[in-house]
Amino acid sequence: MRYSETGYNLEIDLSRGNIERVETDPRLTEHHLGGLGTNAKILWDRVPPETEPFSPDNLLIFGTGLLVGTPAPGCNRTIVTTYSPQTLFMGYSMMGGFLAPELKHAGYDKVIFRGKSPNLVYLWINNDKVEIHDASHLRGKGAVETAQLIRQELKEPNAQVAAIGLAGENRVYMASIEQGRSSASRLGLGAVMGDKRIKAIAVRGTKDINIARPAEFMQLCNEVLQYIKVRAPNLVPEVMPILAGLGSPQEMLHTDEKWHTENFMWGNARIRRKDFWNKEIEEKWKNALETVRTRLISCYNCPMKCGAIISIPGISTYMMKCFSKLTYTMAAFVDDLDFGFKIAQRATEYGVDGFSTPQAMAFGFELKEAGILTDADFAGCPTDNEGKFYWLLDRIVRREGIGDVLANGTYWAAKQIGKGAEAYAHNNIKKHEQLPLKLGMLNPIYFLMYCTGEKGNITQIEGNFPQAPFSTMELKEAFVKDWVQAPNDKFKKYVLDWEMRGERSMPFYPPVDACCEIVDWQEKMHYIDDALGVCAGLSSFPLKPPYHIHNLPTFISLATGIDMDEAGLTKVYNRNRNLVRSINVRRGLRRADEKPPEDHWKKRFPELEEKLLDAYYKFKGWDQQGIPTKETLQELDLAYVAGDLEQRGIIKNEQG
Amino acid sequence: MSKVKKKVKVIKIDLSKCNGCRACEVICSAFHANPKYSSNNPARSRIRLIREPLRDIYLPVYAGEYTPAECMGRDKYVIDGKEYSECDFCRASCPSRDVFKEPDSGLPLKCDMCEDDPPQEKPLCVQWCINDALTYEEREEEVEEEVKLDDMEVGLESMVDKYGLQKVMDTVARMAKKE
Repeated sequence: MRYSETGYNLEIDLSRGNIERVETDPRLTEHHLGGLGTNAKILWDRVPPETEPFSPDNLLIFGTGLLVGTPAPGCNRTIVTTYSPQTLFMGYSMMGGFLAPELKHAGYDKVIFRGKSPNLVYLWINNDKVEIHDASHLRGKGAVETAQLIRQELKEPNAQVAAIGLAGENRVYMASIEQGRSSASRLGLGAVMGDKRIKAIAVRGTKDINIARPAEFMQLCNEVLQYIKVRAPNLVPEVMPILAGLGSPQEMLHTDEKWHTENFMWGNARIRRKDFWNKEIEEKWKNALETVRTRLISCYNCPMKCGAIISIPGISTYMMKCFSKLTYTMAAFVDDLDFGFKIAQRATEYGVDGFSTPQAMAFGFELKEAGILTDADFAGCPTDNEGKFYWLLDRIVRREGIGDVLANGTYWAAKQIGKGAEAYAHNNIKKHEQLPLKLGMLNPIYFLMYCTGEKGNITQIEGNFPQAPFSTMELKEAFVKDWVQAPNDKFKKYVLDWEMRGERSMPFYPPVDACCEIVDWQEKMHYIDDALGVCAGLSSFPLKPPYHIHNLPTFISLATGIDMDEAGLTKVYNRNRNLVRSINVRRGLRRADEKPPEDHWKKRFPELEEKLLDAYYKFKGWDQQGIPTKETLQELDLAYVAGDLEQRGIIKNEQG
Repeated sequence: MSKVKKKVKVIKIDLSKCNGCRACEVICSAFHANPKYSSNNPARSRIRLIREPLRDIYLPVYAGEYTPAECMGRDKYVIDGKEYSECDFCRASCPSRDVFKEPDSGLPLKCDMCEDDPPQEKPLCVQWCINDALTYEEREEEVEEEVKLDDMEVGLESMVDKYGLQKVMDTVARMAKKE
């Protein structure tokens, strides 16, 4: 019997309409766990690096994490993996919600799509019965609407549905995959789903998930739950409220947006409005959120309430989480939060990424002001800030006129437009739009995370280490006192010694070696979560989470029966990390790609930055181009990867 | 029949506090697995969350008695502008729907308040609902003594209803022979 996983994948050949249930090799679970790890393994093995994202040979993998569907709280993540049409690197984006546990209960760890369907279809998985259904009647329908229509036509109110909207159908590079309160938004995976002509996946499952050592496992689950109960309301002092508890940023709960509105940039990541927040705005925005928020809601088997049901009179209800209430509002320079909720409803139905999309629109309007784009490009566009954004959103998802250009994101749009437009696509890493955050002093930890994060999205690498030093020794001591999550006491010392000013302050403190350890630890936690399907909001993202490096190995052992300890888990992390890096290296990733947006910090330190990158590459066992060395790969049982890279001349002889 | 004092176990359900996570279903099915916690499967749970986010319907319902026949009507309740089917509130394992039945055998499920040896402090669904949508109370009541059917009898009764007593007896006899 397989524990914690089903041991089966679904292989769907869309070109031929063929469906197969394939047993998986248990050794792969031991080597890579599941989720991101085994997704990466499949991508490496089966999709050659020359493959275009929109080629039928590209795979689109919906993987569940190894612990998904077990009683371990918050293990519900679907990890979607393919080649991104925007970055051209491996794109992986994740979502919580209810799809992954349902898929496991139906008897599958992954759904792997290959080929391309001749017509728009959806996949219906009902335990052992798996069918490809015609979806021509769903063409152009909203993502939320599609899920409802499918549940109705299947007469399965309990089916979980992930769907794309118009943006995915039209292969917009920022198209998302929407699923209830969750979405896999970043890197344009919805566009690949649309390219394969898959409108949706619907799943219903009623089978058991087995646990290897049940009594002990349940005791651990209870401990986690009790810890959440105590930790969640006990906010870490001096940390902004949305990040001081547990869960993903508590944007649906808190109404105080002083920090975001005055520290994040408005428009095309450009303008800081230092005195924006006042009593009147505070009242208005609080009222706006409380009026439309019907209920705070959770993902599967998680007590945190990171999402909300949003009901605005006259507009169909949808669900929201995290930061998207502000991204459109701030990109459009609208002082009224109502707009944010209204346009996000339309954007959710269209199925677009709430970070990249508003930025691409603000970028478009900036180019118009600069005279690089013309009035003719915006013929028919209203002049008010709200109207403008609705108009352009409609054009982008339909790929009409200038919308067709902007639908490829700011990097590719700037290339196509030319005339100096490149300088306006200023907030990208690896061709991907970033948070609209512009700061003063270089933060060496964040520098490394921005540069080297394989996904190009800071929230997928930052987390367990404080973002900034605490102001007093008293606070520092209080923080480290019960910091059981830290890998060892060295990390406590970094927190204690780190100061806001003086010798032990940024950018030279933490010292380079410490920065490497801190970044590697934070990344490790994300990679483990993404292989296990643990929500980052209970693990790698917040300070002092219930899951950490010291208890996760036991969770894995008890759930799966695989013998796992900290050293073993660290090895799996390094293996998965280097496999993902190798996939991208094989697609051309080099040191030159690894830099933060140029204007992210005002005060830069080129010499220190080079030192940081040099040291971090070395720490990781990579050469000075960021390519894993042969020895590194061999130690991680990835000799076949080293062999491939050698054969392609990527690992050179002089590297050894 | 004589009157006896009985401890009545009450789960108080506050719909406004339900965050829709279905942890109650997860832990219920794990607790009732055999061996305990060896597997989980919300489809086997004795509590079911009726969950329609877009209509803001979050309604945990417990499995009650098995019934061999469905009701004649299907009335509707409108509460605070939200429409519920009468069935939504019903605890019965009933032929008209597939909730509160074992997914493979179709046998009825019924909440037993996690009666256990040694006794649990509270039913597991309550323990796992840390948002307090489910809370637990006890009170004493005088009730008439009655003989309760155990799990197997409830199951057999439903089999008898479905196939007739003779067929069930024949099957049991045949199975006994095979042993």
